[in-house]
Formats: sequence, structure tokens, C-alpha cells
Amino acid sequence: MDRPSWAPAEVDLDRPSVARVYDYYLGGSHNFAADRAFGEQVLSAMPAVATLARSNRAFLRRSVRELARQGIRQFLDLGSGIPTVGNVHEVITDAGIGDASVVYVDHDPVAVAHSRAILADTPGTAVVSGDLRDPAGVLAQQKVQDLIDFSRPVAFLLVAVLHFVPDELRPADIVAGYAAAGAPGSHIVLSHAGLDRPLTPAEEDAYQMYRKSPTPLILRSKEQVTALLGDLTLLEPGVVATHAWRPDGDEEPPADGNSIGSAAVARKD
Amino acid sequence: MTAISPTPTSWDRPHRAAERLARAWSLAIAGTSYVSMNGVEVQDFLTSLATRLIHALTAEVFDPADVREIGSTLVAAHFTEPTTLERTLTVLAEQFGNAPVKRVARVQGALASGYALALRDRVLEEQEEIRTAALWARARAEEGRRVSEARFQAIFAGAAIGMSVSTVDGQVVEVNQALCDMLGYTADELRSMAFEDFILPEDPPIAVGMFAELMEGGRDQFRIEKPYVRKDGHHVWTDLVASVIHDEDGRPRWLVAMVEDITERHLLQERLRHQALHDPLTQLPNRTLFFERLNELIDTATEGDASRVGVCYLDVDGFKVINDTLGHDVGDQLLQTVARRLDRSIGVDRQLVARMGGDEFVVLVEECGGIEDVVAVAEKALDTVRAPVHVGGHEISISASIGVVEQPLRGTSTGELMKAADTTLYWAKADGRNRLALFDAERHAREVTRYELSASMPAALERREFFVEYQPLVRLSDGVTTGVEALVRWRHPRFGVLGPDSFIGMAEETGLIVPLGRWVLQEACRQAAEWRRAVQDRAPVMSVNLAVRQMRDRTIVRDVHTILEQTGLPPSGLQLELTESAIMGTGGDPIEALNALAALGPRIAIDDFGTGYSNFAYLRNLPVHSLKLAGSFVAGLRPPERPDPVDQEIVAAVIGLAHTLKLSVTAEGVETAEQATRLQELGCDTAQGWYYASPGPASAIKL
Repeated sequence: MDRPSWAPAEVDLDRPSVARVYDYYLGGSHNFAADRAFGEQVLSAMPAVATLARSNRAFLRRSVRELARQGIRQFLDLGSGIPTVGNVHEVITDAGIGDASVVYVDHDPVAVAHSRAILADTPGTAVVSGDLRDPAGVLAQQKVQDLIDFSRPVAFLLVAVLHFVPDELRPADIVAGYAAAGAPGSHIVLSHAGLDRPLTPAEEDAYQMYRKSPTPLILRSKEQVTALLGDLTLLEPGVVATHAWRPDGDEEPPADGNSIGSAAVARKD
Repeated sequence: MTAISPTPTSWDRPHRAAERLARAWSLAIAGTSYVSMNGVEVQDFLTSLATRLIHALTAEVFDPADVREIGSTLVAAHFTEPTTLERTLTVLAEQFGNAPVKRVARVQGALASGYALALRDRVLEEQEEIRTAALWARARAEEGRRVSEARFQAIFAGAAIGMSVSTVDGQVVEVNQALCDMLGYTADELRSMAFEDFILPEDPPIAVGMFAELMEGGRDQFRIEKPYVRKDGHHVWTDLVASVIHDEDGRPRWLVAMVEDITERHLLQERLRHQALHDPLTQLPNRTLFFERLNELIDTATEGDASRVGVCYLDVDGFKVINDTLGHDVGDQLLQTVARRLDRSIGVDRQLVARMGGDEFVVLVEECGGIEDVVAVAEKALDTVRAPVHVGGHEISISASIGVVEQPLRGTSTGELMKAADTTLYWAKADGRNRLALFDAERHAREVTRYELSASMPAALERREFFVEYQPLVRLSDGVTTGVEALVRWRHPRFGVLGPDSFIGMAEETGLIVPLGRWVLQEACRQAAEWRRAVQDRAPVMSVNLAVRQMRDRTIVRDVHTILEQTGLPPSGLQLELTESAIMGTGGDPIEALNALAALGPRIAIDDFGTGYSNFAYLRNLPVHSLKLAGSFVAGLRPPERPDPVDQEIVAAVIGLAHTLKLSVTAEGVETAEQATRLQELGCDTAQGWYYASPGPASAIKL
């Protein structure tokens, strides 16, 4: 964040990128050798990560559908990554809604370039390059202002991203920063890696791998995730295992104790 | 085709069969791939594919294209994991166990082929997409870097301030035009120079430490004002900001200097500083600079430092007269000449000559070896000033007075030193000018004590530190106490009990005698009234001194009147003692207040009679009742063998004269029985002194 705004981020394809590794977990091919190597390392230590990635993606689908059903038509996908299968716009379109606005935000230049290529001809969508850790900076972007009407409710999607934000960067303030910008009736959609039990040695290995990567991972318990949402009103069923948030029979729940993520949707009243 | 004979239960109702297949299928592939569908949607999706599969299995003519299409539909829905295909083929084999093996195999083959083709296309396409995106992003990044590099170059080359980039070893690698212009070197010349070439003795001493900190990572930047020498030898003063740029591992890699030419500002500052610290008339250092230097000396004197410092405080004698008679122009020129001469004769190194203001000059003698050094300087200064000055057609001979102070630096303060110098100058003036005086700490201490005493008197009066003692006046014929004299004392918190001699003089000078005298009168009358209530007419007459200043105060008559009324003391119970100078005005006539006082009824006594200029002529016309003979005459009566015959005659004459005028006589300072006897023989009426009683509290007076 010390880099001046006019100096572009490095594009180094020899270093794994969070967005592309995630795509790899989901079975996509929008990735390079370094991404796959890193993904494989993690998977061999903790195969459940692939399940978690899918759980997150499925949670995104269920929550977006639910909010769309409730009438929300504006979505800000923060840390959207590679807009692979089941991106927000697709979910909304599949639900038969044609008048929604979706803005994708990511700081990975490759993810942004790819998103732009994919969504170039899709009306009602925009892709901006931005750092989700800086709500004011993101919200001030022209494309965000053009596409989102902040006098109406907005869904802020923070799916599988806040576990890359360490405590010293005050993730709760980031959540509050977005919530503050939205009109009453806006929602925060949040999913997060974490466990409510100690890590197994294998999980510890995977965790350390992420810790040492350019994008270290911070695990947070359900309690900590609840704290991130501050005084927003939790939708039923609250902060639960990612797959357990209003399941619709799309996947097998993991065996007990193996749920390595939690999710929640909260409303600004 | 009869070769195909599906079981009646399965194939007669194709829709139900498709649903059953889809159920088994979805169970088999659940969780193998990520698809953006919920359970019901997956079921529906697979049911439609199952219908087509059953059709392909049962159709008379097998159409592989349609089955391949089913494979690619799976991939399109993102059933992209090979496990999904594997389980799909297994489910088909299981579910189609009764179907002709060959047809099943063909269906499986076509499905797998369609799936593989679609998956290969998808992978290629996605790889293509992500690669395009990466290339695009990289191109953007490079464009951005190119732009930022261009901007940097534009900023560096076109900046108005000088900039240089050096290696950490101090080798200059890049400079901009502004720096070349500033220092007068070409870029090539500068690039062949190293950091040391720019270090000058005038650099601020902290620069070395800051540079070291920069290299050790303690700081990222420092800023100093420093000079550079241009190629042509001229100095350029600059505001230098030096920053260090680290490499990825945090080691210092480059040094960037930004140099702004502030020569103009620096010169202006210097000029302003000179103006602020010099006297515009004489161009000598002014008092600010003098005090700055003196403070610096005192502040830097360390424990055990034996250095001494001398100050000569010089004042031109009679300068005001010159100014008033010959005019300010002449006065100013005179001061300029004196200043110039002083500076030339004694303004050497470590010997600062400054003008304090007006006609006062001061010489600061640093590192002096003792008082004789400073005296030598002061004498030289006196000689210098004595040389006649030619100003505006006049030849003026002047002199000066100098106060000389010399002290160890350690333990003194600017204020103390200058106060001493000022006092000493005053002594030189008071001793007759055209000379120097040396500071005398004891004399100074006495004067200070006196001053402090005088200054603390008003507060002491308020705090009731004064009290009154009484000394009996005894009738010589029978030894009866007929009166008492009220004598004021000061119970000083630091000096103990002080007699009137220690402070009445000062009280007269400051005027405090008026309120103090009023208080003593009040206290004495209150005491006298108390005695009178106790023993009526046998109470002694209360004798109270009135000072000159009190007599000149317009309120004296009213004060006495009020006090008599308030205390209820009959006026005949009070005697006011006045010296001759208190009675007589400056013109030699008795002052008006005397008659008014006498009219109030108290007795009037002339105190210390014989010490002033005693004009017997006025005595007969004054409302005076009594004379108090000064103790000095009485002292002459003391030696038992050889009483002073002159004193004895004077005393006899005075007593005779007084009695002629119907005045009673009181002798003061009676210390021996001989004196008492002699006075009685001479016809003196009353006496007072240690022989009878010392002054004491009211309770000591026997009524």
C-alpha cells in the first residue's frame, strides 16, 4: 500500500496468486504451474481445502440467491478473484433477474484483466482494481459510484477474503467501513477460514505453508468471525460452518469436526 | 432392434427410468466437481441427460454425436473433475447391466470422448484466457513502470532543486542540471567526485552522527543546512535532505540528496542575526550578545572548572551634561569615538567589548587569571576614555567610572555577576567618579541586607512583627516613676529582635515611619490608658517619639486626636518627643503642626536637646514643656574621679535655662549612681537610663 497509485503491481507468474490457486481448487484451468504446485502442496497436507473452496463458492451462490430473492439488486464482490463458474452475475442471471448491478473488486492485476475480458460485454457489471482493505478507496472509485446507488441496499460480499487480513489491519473496521457506506437493508456476506478445534499436524503444515506465502492465512474461530460483524444483525442461522448456511442439498456435508470454515450473512438495520 | 431387450420394468416407462438413473448418478458424482447448482437443479440436469442416455441405449440406430454432446454438456456445467467421468461411466455400467454390452460400451465410449474433447477445449480456452489476461496485465504494468520511470526522469532532470544519487560508498552516480548549475560543475565532473569532496569544516557537527545513523538504518532521512564550495570558490548555502534507499533485503543501496540553494536566506539570516546582536550606533556587540556569551560561559563551566571571569562595567562620567549642552549629535559622535577606541585598545580575542545602552559599556574578560588581569583592563579602559575627543569643533575631555567584578565561573550566575558589577559601578561613581571600584562582597552583603530589611518592613508591619517596650522616667527627688518612654522593636524572623537604630532611619527614608509611628502611638496610648484605668493619676505619663517625616505629614494632628479619643487617654497623659529638626521647618521657623498638636493637650518635649543647632531664642515662644538632655552630655558626668568640667557646666547651664523658661529637664542615658547624684545636685528633674531600668515589656513597669 506504500506503492504510489500510478505505479502498477508486479505481474510475476512464478509466484502463486490467491485468485488462481482458488480457481485451481475449484477445478478451473485459469492458473499457472506455480499456482498448481502451491495448490497441490496445500491439498496434500489438507485435502479439505478443496472442499472448503467449493463450500465457499456454494455459499456465495446460496447467499446471493437469497439476497436477490429478498430484492437486493446491487452487489459488490470484494476480492472476487477469477470469475470462474458461478460468479455473482451468473447466479443472479440464473435466478431469472436481469436488472442487477455487480461490481467485482480485486487487487490481482491478472484477475482484474481476466475479469474485464470475460465481463466486457455484460451490461450491469464492472471490474475495478482495488484493495478491499481500504473501504474508502474502493468506494470512492468512479466505476463503483457509477454502478452502485448507495441510497439503496447493497450486498457487500467478503467471501473467503478476510482470512488474508491480519488483526493489525483491523478487519472489523473494514467490515464496518463497508456497512457504513450502505443504506439500511444492506448486507455483509462473509465467509472465513477457521476452526473451532486445534489444528491436526497435517493442517498445521498447510497453515504454515500459507503463512509463508505472499498471502498469509489467518484462521479465525466462529466467535472471532461473529466479532468481525460488529453490531450488524445476523440472518438465520447466524455464524455457522460454511456448508451449513441454509444448505440446499448441493453437497455432502463434511464429516464432523472437519468443517474448516464458517459463514454468515448480516444485515444493517 | 431385438438385440436390445431391456428389462420391461426399466424401459417401458422411460421417464421413470431416467429419474432412477439420475438419482444413482447424482449420488455417485456428488462432491466430485464444483457446479453452480443446488441439489434439485443437479437432479433435473442429470435427469435430462439420463433421458438422452437411455434413448441412445435403446435407439435402433446409435447416434454417437448425441452421446458425445452429453459428455460436453457435463463439462459445460463444470463437472470438470476426471473423477466425475470415472464415476459416471461406472454408474452407467451398473445401471445398464441388463443392456447389450456392446451398446453400453459404445455409449460409454462416446460419452468419454465427448467429455474429454470438451474438457480439453475448456482447459485450452481457460489457459488461453488466463495467459491473455496475464500478458495484458503485464503489459499494463510495464507501461505503468515506463510511465513512472519517465515521470521520475522528468522530475529528476527538470527539478528546480539539485539532486544527486550516490552509492553507499559515496560515489556520485547521477546528478541533475539544477545541481550542476548550483555548484558550477558539469555533470561529468560531479560524477567523478565523492562524498568527502563536499564535506566542509563549516558543516554542522551533528551531520556526521546523522550520516552514520542513516547508514546503520537508524533513520531514513536527515536534513541539515550546510555550505558547498562552488567550482569558482564561492560558498553556496544549502538546505540538504539526504535519504537512503534500501534494497529488497533492507540494506542501504543508494543515497539520494536533494539540495536547495538557500544562500540568500542564509545571508539575510546572518544579517538579521548581526543586527539583532549589535548596537546600531557604535556597531559594538549589544547587551543581548553580551549576555548570550556570558550565559554560554557559565553554562559550559563544568564541575571542578577553575576558570574565572571578569566584568568591567563602564559609565561615561557626566555624559548627560554633554548631551544636554552640546546636543545629541555630539553625544552620539562622542559615544561612537569612545566605542571605537575601547574596542581598538581592549577588544581583543576573549575580551568582548559591548554597549549596554546609553553611555554604559561593558567588557567581558574571559579566562582571566585573577583580579589583577581585570583591573589592568579597566585601567587601560580609563586611560582610553581620558584621551580628549574632538567632536563637532569641540575638544571634549571626559572620564569614566568602572565597576570591576571578578569571580570563578562555577557557581555564579549572570544576574548575580551583573548586579555586582552595577553596584560596584555605583560605588565608583559615589566615590567621586573617574576611577574604578572593586567589588567588595561584604559591603555588598551589608547593602543588600539593608535593602532587604527596608523592603520587608511594610509586610512586617502588617504581620505585626513590631512591638513596643517601655523605659521608666524617674523623678530624681524621690525616685518615683513619673513617666515611661515608648520604644519600638522589630522581632525579625531572620535577624532576631532589632532596636530602632537598625530600622528607623530606613523607615524615615522610605516613609514607612508614618504608618509605623502611628501604630506605635496607638499602641502606647492604649497601654497608657490601661494603666490609667488601673491606677488613675498615679499612672506614668506616656512619652512617644514623633519623627521629622511624621511631623511633615498632614495627618499627624488628626492622627493624635483620633488616637487619644479612641484609647480614652486624657491628653495630659501623653508626651510627644520631637527632635529639634522635627520642630523646626527647613526655613528655620517652627512648623505649624506644632501649635496644633500642643493645642490638643499633650505635653511636648524636645528630644536630644543639644545635638541639633539649639536656638534658645525660640524656646520661650514654643508650646514646649520639657527638654530631654542628649545622652552624650550625661556621659561626660560619668567618670567618678574626673567628670568632664565642660559637660558639667553645659548641663548646669541648660538646666538653669530650662528652669528659667519653666521647662522641666530629663536626662537620658543615665548609667551610674554617680551620674544620678551629680544630676540631682545640678537640679535636673527626671532621669532615664540603664541605671534605673532597661526598656522592657509593659508588665515590667511598677505602678
